[in-house]
Amino acid sequence: MLLPGAMELYMSTVLRAHRTQAASTEGNQTLPLTFSSLTRSFGSGSEQHVVLRDVNLDVEAGEVLAIVGASGCGKSTLLRAAAGLDAPTSGAVLIDSTAVDGIDPRCAVAFQEPRLLPWLSLRDNIAIGLPRGTSSAAGKAKVEELLGLVELDGFAGHRPREVSGGMAQRASLARALARNPGVLLLDEPFGALDALTRLKMQDLLLRIHQTTPTTVLLVTHDVDEALQLADRVIVLAKEPDVQGATISRVLEVPGDRPRDRGSAELAALRSSLLSSLGVDSHQH
Amino acid sequence: MSNPYLTGNSAVPGGVGTGPASVLSPKGTNSANTTNQNDDDGRQGNALIHRNPRGKAVAKLGLGLIVPLALLAAWQLAAVVGLISPVTLPAPTAVFDAAVDLIQRGELRIHIAISTQRVVIGFLIGAIAGLVVGAFVGLSRWVDTLFSPTIGAIRAVPSLAWVPLLMLWVGIGEDSKVILISIGAFFPVFTTVAMALQHVDKNLVEAGRAFGLNGLKLFTTVQLPAVVPSVISGLRLALAQAWLFLVAAELLASSMGLGFLLTDSQNNGRVDRLLLAIVLLAILGKLTDAILGVFEKWAIRKWA
Repeated sequence: MLLPGAMELYMSTVLRAHRTQAASTEGNQTLPLTFSSLTRSFGSGSEQHVVLRDVNLDVEAGEVLAIVGASGCGKSTLLRAAAGLDAPTSGAVLIDSTAVDGIDPRCAVAFQEPRLLPWLSLRDNIAIGLPRGTSSAAGKAKVEELLGLVELDGFAGHRPREVSGGMAQRASLARALARNPGVLLLDEPFGALDALTRLKMQDLLLRIHQTTPTTVLLVTHDVDEALQLADRVIVLAKEPDVQGATISRVLEVPGDRPRDRGSAELAALRSSLLSSLGVDSHQH
Repeated sequence: MSNPYLTGNSAVPGGVGTGPASVLSPKGTNSANTTNQNDDDGRQGNALIHRNPRGKAVAKLGLGLIVPLALLAAWQLAAVVGLISPVTLPAPTAVFDAAVDLIQRGELRIHIAISTQRVVIGFLIGAIAGLVVGAFVGLSRWVDTLFSPTIGAIRAVPSLAWVPLLMLWVGIGEDSKVILISIGAFFPVFTTVAMALQHVDKNLVEAGRAFGLNGLKLFTTVQLPAVVPSVISGLRLALAQAWLFLVAAELLASSMGLGFLLTDSQNNGRVDRLLLAIVLLAILGKLTDAILGVFEKWAIRKWA
């Protein structure tokens, strides 16, 4: 005879198995992510250097979360842990309740630099992102669709060095999207672009998020960008006399996107966020 | 009428004023003079030389032949005038006669064929081995740490030192020569492949890994294409080494081949044949290198 609890456990296992199967066939399901007591230190013994300390956060499926913080505070380390490019010293990153262990097929990353293979066309670079086992016809169709989405139709055959930085970064974004990620990880993706291109890329990202609503973790050093794009902004910072940064503030950003860049409410949040980052806004 | 912008100095409106143009521009002055009489032809000829990259290459090759031809002329002159005794330095015509003589006996073809065969086989074996071992050392820190000092020490052994050992172990056959040439071809490829793989852009490799590439797939998608240009320059060095080691192998123990022709002619005092062998080695080395050079250009265009 089965215990009632066991029956429940059995049902939930069946349901989860069913869900992961659906995810592997469609692959386009947006997934929740949890940082659970995540700590990361480098070196050992007296040389040990703690970068992140006890980071706890639940990110909802479909949410856009911006991670801001002073440079060197571990923003990228946090993102790399989510991607499985780096392993936490203790704690874990859970995606849809299962821990990330190694490169995770449910995540896709776009880096600050486009990191495209210079000997391949933009089209072939984007195809690198396709999940293993994609049929060639489906893959082709997906790449063409993404080329349209990031407005690179006319440049599909160009090599990365033949296009502008913004175009290369769009191709890099498309490559990440080709993976049908449940969680999209963006590591200062617009940081190296000029101001105007950056604004256009932000609008593009919002459009993409509307058409394919996926969970997005966006590392940025640009407070305005965070306020423009994110549902929530977290601030990573060090406390005095303690090694390692942790979440010092979680800020809900009001208003539907796209938001008015000139709004007074956002301006107030901006100076508040800047002071969290140790910058006195009245001096600027 | 061809587009005037395609041409070099004859782009002067109406094709007049060739005087100043030809003075100012050193290129294509020859065609400038004809422009007055034969406008179209002059322009097209000019365009062919300066616009067409093949035309440029031919022009470069032509210029490159000036010095060898001048040397040849000086050599011939010295011999005819009697500045140098024909026993020490036979005239180019004598070397040519020696070539004709050897061709008629059917020997030259065999010497060239066997030497080329040894170089090609030895080069292929050495290059493939260098590629494989270099890939392991370049990709794995462990393999690098364990094997690099040993490989470096083996590399330091002068080529001729292997010959007696190979003779004893493998015998005076084709195998010992091919092995020696393989040793010569191995190291340049090994070194360039290992070094190039260690210096592949870490960011690109990480991006590849982030998209689920690993092992062989990562190697063929990211690392191998990234090192193709350096691998090919390694191959060119290896080919030069292969010819070097060929002569080392043939000088010491052989009954055929260009290296044998060298020692045999030395023993018989046939300086004309000796010079012929040297010239043939130069031509064959340059020719095989040129083939790889074309391949290298293509690869750089495709992969870099």
